[in-house]
Amino acid sequence: MTGILKIAFKLLVNDRGKFAALIVGITFAVFLMVQLSSLFAGILSKASATIINIGAKVWVMDPAVNNPLNSIQLPDYILDAVRSIDGVKYAVPLYSGTALVKLRDGIYQPASVLGLDDASLVGRPQMIEGNIDDIFADNGFIVVKDEEFPKLENPAIGTTFEINDHRGVVVGIARVTTSGLFGIPTLYTTFTRAIQYIPSTRFTIAYILVEPKSPADVPYIKDEVAKAGYLALTNAEFQQRVAAYYKYQTGVGTNILIMTTISFLVGLSICAQTFYTFVLENMDKFGALKAIGAKGYELVYMILFQALFTGVTGYGLGVGLSSVMIALAKRRVPNYAAMITYFNLGLALLMVLVIVAFSSYIAVRKVIKIEPFDIFRG
Amino acid sequence: MTGAAVQAIDLVKWFGEAEARTYAVQGLSFEANFGEMLYITGPSGSGKTTLLSMISGILRPNAGTVIVEGKEIWRLSPNEIADFRLHTIGFVFQDYHLFPTLTTLENVAIPLILRKQDWNASLNLAMEILDVVGLKDRAPLPPTKLSGGEQQRVALARAIVSRPDILIFDEPTASLDGVTGRRIIGFVKEQLLNEQRSILIVTHDARIYEYADRSIRMEDGRIVEMVTGGLHEK
Repeated sequence: MTGILKIAFKLLVNDRGKFAALIVGITFAVFLMVQLSSLFAGILSKASATIINIGAKVWVMDPAVNNPLNSIQLPDYILDAVRSIDGVKYAVPLYSGTALVKLRDGIYQPASVLGLDDASLVGRPQMIEGNIDDIFADNGFIVVKDEEFPKLENPAIGTTFEINDHRGVVVGIARVTTSGLFGIPTLYTTFTRAIQYIPSTRFTIAYILVEPKSPADVPYIKDEVAKAGYLALTNAEFQQRVAAYYKYQTGVGTNILIMTTISFLVGLSICAQTFYTFVLENMDKFGALKAIGAKGYELVYMILFQALFTGVTGYGLGVGLSSVMIALAKRRVPNYAAMITYFNLGLALLMVLVIVAFSSYIAVRKVIKIEPFDIFRG
Repeated sequence: MTGAAVQAIDLVKWFGEAEARTYAVQGLSFEANFGEMLYITGPSGSGKTTLLSMISGILRPNAGTVIVEGKEIWRLSPNEIADFRLHTIGFVFQDYHLFPTLTTLENVAIPLILRKQDWNASLNLAMEILDVVGLKDRAPLPPTKLSGGEQQRVALARAIVSRPDILIFDEPTASLDGVTGRRIIGFVKEQLLNEQRSILIVTHDARIYEYADRSIRMEDGRIVEMVTGGLHEK
């Protein structure tokens, strides 16, 4: 069989014009599909930045919350209630809000502020400079060094700023797994300082971060929280909730899905048409092979091999091109959200296989019907 | 081998149905023997190519029997017929049907590759056959770089590379000048025809009639003349 596949390979790649058209079609389609789906994955990741960075196993929130930045403050007694649930190892409050930071040159810069539980500092970031304990120092804030860091004029330890007429001092610089969606810097401080410095509603707890005693306790904790009229979600469930919000309630997902579908259809039409033309132009060759003694299934293998080789090559080039473009774009545009995930790659591969299957199907239908007698007749 | 290589018995083939039915071959019988170069001649539309297709396992007759080397071929399954063509028949098509994106050498090796022989061994054997037809130096070129006569010889090399017992040529000299056509058919007769092989040639090129051992002339799907040697043009 390898011999006949070698013939198929040579028939394909030596017809350089057609082969180039096929490869460009698939590459272009994969490039667009990976770009768009990666962009969406990046947006979802950034939208879940707080959840990912804090990393709590279970989050307790108001049932109306569908986005970590739009938290609805919880009454303090809920914290006590959660702490009293069997299976809860510990539960701590998290402050999450936005404040205006006045920089030394007088410019106001919005910033996301996360207030960590004073006693435990659960959800602390990874420090690059300074010590996490310095967060307890007077007016202490830790600045996250991400794409938004320059918006605070690249502060160093000791840099001061104003936040709601309070003095703030940078006591540490940290890194987090992912930066936020809305392009504003992030500050960490203690829960107590956050609610002192930033105007708050009557209730101040944005989320309650829960550490269950064991994973088996999670369902019970969720039930008990629900009985109190609130919602407890695991880290993954909260991220899925955010993803669902962006997919189905904001229009972002629908629009990107439409664009991805269009790129798939463009790739499908280019490839199917070009491959069909390629097979049509080689129909007499397939007929000659059949007349000489090639069996129908061998011709089908040849077509499948040609389509699959084209698809896989185009897929590799498309993914490579996307990766290079995303890497270059991220150098120029730090906020560029695109993030290639295994899911994106799998999705693009699946789409390519659909293109390959469809192109092969229409070509195979033609080839298996060919009559060697037609070749004989000339 | 001696005796009949091919026996066609009462072959009938029609195209179309009902009032549109047209008979291409009508109750035709003949034999082609080993060691013989048999010409099938006749005007266009007389059923020559249809007959050749039926005896080579390409076109199923509506009635009649084809026996090749003692085997009734139309009783075989489609895959068995494909195997029969691959192992028993060597074709030279009227338009050659060479693969322009393969080299001349690879074109010649195709029947061996279809027989699942090793790629390199197939190319080595193909090179030997190209040497026989005088085209060894053309081996790395695509067929499109060759002249019509050279392409004809490549098609010939492809037909004989697997050493089939029966060679079938469809209008082999139709697109060649007289000198080249005669040289090729002369080469076929001198070099390729032997006691283990039968060669059937469909042609209406009178310039090569002289090479025939026996000739059949067809008209309207029937044999109207069968002579020893070549026919005289009518």
